[in-house]
Amino acid sequence: MLEVTGLSKRFGGLQAVRDVSLSVPEGSITALIGPNGAGKTTTFAMIAGFIRPDAGHVRFLGHDVTAMRPDRIAALGMVRTFQITQPFAGLSVMENIRIGAFLRDASPAAAETHARAIGTRLGLGPVLDRPAAGLTVAARKRLEVARALATQPKLLLLDEVMAGLNPSELGEIIAMIRQVRDGGVTILLIEHIMAAVAALAEDVHVLAEGAMIARGTPREVAENPRVVEAYLGHGAAERMARHA
Amino acid sequence: MNLQFAPPIAFAILLLLPFTFGSQFLVNLAMLTAMSAFIGQAWNIAGGFGGLTSFGHTVFFGIGAYTAAILATRYGISAWFALPLAALLGAATGAVIGFASFRAGLRGSYFALVTLAFAEAFRVLATASEFTRGGQGINVPLALGLANFQFADRRATYVVIVMLLLLSMATAAWLRRSRFGARLMAVRENEDAAAALGIDIVRTKTAAFALSGGLAALGGVVYCQTYLFVDPLIAFGVERSVEMLLVAMIGGAGTIWGPVLGALALHLVADTARSYISTPGFAPMLYGIMLLVIVGLLPGGIASLSFASLAGRMRRA
Repeated sequence: MLEVTGLSKRFGGLQAVRDVSLSVPEGSITALIGPNGAGKTTTFAMIAGFIRPDAGHVRFLGHDVTAMRPDRIAALGMVRTFQITQPFAGLSVMENIRIGAFLRDASPAAAETHARAIGTRLGLGPVLDRPAAGLTVAARKRLEVARALATQPKLLLLDEVMAGLNPSELGEIIAMIRQVRDGGVTILLIEHIMAAVAALAEDVHVLAEGAMIARGTPREVAENPRVVEAYLGHGAAERMARHA
Repeated sequence: MNLQFAPPIAFAILLLLPFTFGSQFLVNLAMLTAMSAFIGQAWNIAGGFGGLTSFGHTVFFGIGAYTAAILATRYGISAWFALPLAALLGAATGAVIGFASFRAGLRGSYFALVTLAFAEAFRVLATASEFTRGGQGINVPLALGLANFQFADRRATYVVIVMLLLLSMATAAWLRRSRFGARLMAVRENEDAAAALGIDIVRTKTAAFALSGGLAALGGVVYCQTYLFVDPLIAFGVERSVEMLLVAMIGGAGTIWGPVLGALALHLVADTARSYISTPGFAPMLYGIMLLVIVGLLPGGIASLSFASLAGRMRRA
């Protein structure tokens, strides 16, 4: 469904992303993980059209969407959320979600019905008519997902929607993401929390210092010495093996 | 008590006030206030709902005024035809300025400066060009009559301005309800999020700016038909631009009633004060103080003081 090949991006003297390739099969939950500063969000931004790559290609559903404008990509059915949540602060929660719904539905009344249904499904029912500016962190993350989902995407790019949540909120959002996938939406997610990735993803890509270092199931990846080193520092895998 | 209908009823009474007394002063004041409210609402379509803070909106007003004057003096065409033509030219100019600025990614104060520069450029061009009769301006010959859109009775002009004001308020009401309006407000709140949800940012902002420009140009036509004179400073001077944004911001940017409230505040308070204190520069100073007070204490403008909250305050008091 999504094919990324050889994506690179340099910011001044920093090679943020180097020759990154990944693929997301239809109907899967695929994860992109890596330590802080590995280039995950930059990769996401290039896939979704927010940053123009220096090299490489992005193909989505057979279209070449490399450097296409984000609104066009969204219209094709690939929609991202933001790690730092970006609500329309002056609008209500329902109005926020309705903006997403308007992509497929021109009628305000129908879009509102759709928005309320999605908001309620994602547990935002009680706050639908409140201003988005006053939401808690957990509710803002849900709003990001709800808004993206309201566009009826085929592929949803989730950027750290679990960061900053407490364990019970985490459990709820994991269930929610599964439910979204079971509803027919393919998911590519960036995540920091290994437990969440292990619980959700079938396929994991690992990025470190801008380059792809591993790919596999969550278990394979967690046992890969290069991945352990990337997270815990040079020699960590060896030390762990000695202690074991 | 149901207060929902209080604002429209108060508004209707206010609109009819000039017809109750024979006072020419009152008619003039009402005409100026309604005109301010109208061009303030025209600004508000882009500046309030879209967050496109233009500092040179008089460009459109001036285009409208010159359209009427040139059509009448050079081609002998009635100003009624100037209305649609001015709206079209205003919208086209808005689309060009908007598209160029938004494509280049200009926002906030950068966009404000570009619009200011456009207004100044138009003023210089109108001063230099023979087509607009340069700095001496254009006198439109007096030819009273409905066919010429020139009225002996100021109250007739007032009726025309009120119709335009209602048209602009209907446009604002449409923005509040429609998909286009919702998208425009989303772009105002957060461009990245709007783009991520499939909104074409440049197109949305350009369309709003064109709509706003088309409306503002109508104001210029009526101005020309009322005073039968246009010159570069009247048409493209910075005062008119400031008046438009002041009216909208004092009253409440991005609201349907804001410009009406702002125009009332500006004309009733400022013009009354001005008639007592004639020191030069006093009026602009007063405008500045009003804007500071609003921005500092009531960022949503007068309109954010809703009837409900007022009633609540009175009950508590």
